[in-house]
Amino acid sequence: MHPPYAVRAMDGRELRGRAAISGLGMSEMGRVYTRDARDFAAEAIRRAVEDAGLRKEQIDGLLVNPGVTPLGAMGGVGLQNDLGLANLRLLASMNVGGATANVMVQYAAMSVIHGLANHVVCVFADAPLRTSAGGGGGAAYAGMGRSVRPSGMAGLYTTFGVFGVNAHYALATRRHMAMYGTTSDQLGVIAVAERAWAQKSPLAEHREAMTLGDYRASRWVVEPLHLLDCCLVSNGGVAVVVSRAEEAADLAQPPAYILGMGQGHPGDFRRKGWDVETETGAPIARERAFSMAGATLADIDVLQLYDCYTYTVLVTLEDYGFCKKGEGGPFVADGKLGPGGSLPTNTGGGQLSGYYMWGMTPLSEGVIQVRGQGGERQVAKHDVVLVTGNGGILDHHSALILGREA
Amino acid sequence: MTTTPLPVPEADDESREFYDGARRHQLMLMRCRSCGAWRLPSRPRCPDCWSTETEWVRASGRGVLHSFGIMHQKLHPAFADRTPYQFAVVELAEGPRIVSQVVGVAEDELRLEMPLQAVFDDVSDDATVVRFGPRRS
Repeated sequence: MHPPYAVRAMDGRELRGRAAISGLGMSEMGRVYTRDARDFAAEAIRRAVEDAGLRKEQIDGLLVNPGVTPLGAMGGVGLQNDLGLANLRLLASMNVGGATANVMVQYAAMSVIHGLANHVVCVFADAPLRTSAGGGGGAAYAGMGRSVRPSGMAGLYTTFGVFGVNAHYALATRRHMAMYGTTSDQLGVIAVAERAWAQKSPLAEHREAMTLGDYRASRWVVEPLHLLDCCLVSNGGVAVVVSRAEEAADLAQPPAYILGMGQGHPGDFRRKGWDVETETGAPIARERAFSMAGATLADIDVLQLYDCYTYTVLVTLEDYGFCKKGEGGPFVADGKLGPGGSLPTNTGGGQLSGYYMWGMTPLSEGVIQVRGQGGERQVAKHDVVLVTGNGGILDHHSALILGREA
Repeated sequence: MTTTPLPVPEADDESREFYDGARRHQLMLMRCRSCGAWRLPSRPRCPDCWSTETEWVRASGRGVLHSFGIMHQKLHPAFADRTPYQFAVVELAEGPRIVSQVVGVAEDELRLEMPLQAVFDDVSDDATVVRFGPRRS
């Protein structure tokens, strides 16, 4: 339960539709071992700028999200130098976990609207799968609490073996199951729906068929999470270019207009009265994003929801009000998120089956859908797309509402 | 059950009272002298009133099960021969939540919000681990 949230008098409507995503570029992704994170970033940027029909001299802003790669290896200046970006008026590295992609786009959008820059590149790149020989796919994300010589209060996580992000999302998922009766099969339906979408996407890493039986049979990672509740881990990079709306309209691609933007950071106050596992920052982000866009849930044609775990999709649907709190399980059980369903969600297979580029996974597929470039997986009505980001253990939430028209 | 010792943390300035208390079989928590809020992890500043005036006070040791998981990944040498294992978050009566493990309850009988009481396991001459067992009342 969060304390009352004071709504500002302004609703942000003056920002609606005044910036757009004008370019999208994706490097090779997945088990690609020939590039480091900075080179993935450079390749994604090259493709995004070319996609927009811009020249590198026109890029005057660069926002960088380095994933788990240390800033020293992936800072903005190194990338700037690699690409010879000599006209930057805006440069920063940002990190609020998986919420960062949308957050970078928000600062970029405000910058181009208010004249701080003209064309801002936002890039995520990472190479957590260091070598083909080294460790399992999630090794880079399993480090939390793993110290051999633990110290301080944080050392308790080591004493009790609470390692990695999986453990924390398992605790959150268990809480939702116990409070609301959510079942493993209901989560499995989300994984199956996303796999069905992935089978239609040439970008997806996992395109083999998957049934609910396969989900049930997949090994435990941390109960109550099966392997197929968890996202992939991928090497690669994705970049977008954010431009003023009127300029984007004259560039090479159909603009993805930014109709609404919002963030919510509820804080991780682990004590009585705070349901940090089952209530996210989404309601705070939603309020601002939808009031800015002048939109309601009924206006949303396609959803791209951050899906580090199946549970993240379920709790996000609840926190946007697509169903009541606690009813996410029954809500998704009829398969409405999958192909042919009434609420097409994560149409590229998401992070569960598509590719794991943090918040760039939902954002990139959102741009593809708004443009109508989804090929076999394109949703027929694609005027308005909701894109969400989630960082940490449900610590950060970010929202973008993208529109085919301003 | 197992011979590999648990990785017991080394105390630092902000946790020494907690670990010393555990050795005395007392659950010690930090409390704000200004507003009285209990806090964990122990940090120099109260997040409620921003005061840095603190005291360590013995807590009741009573709590309820907030959530738990069963770890199947082998991610640390000390746990290689005890995986899978259960870990838990316990909400203390004073308010803060602490990471721990529930003992004395079968895995399929674990229920969230079940009443628990701190138990102290002297794992070596100079280290005690705080776990939680069932509480009758």
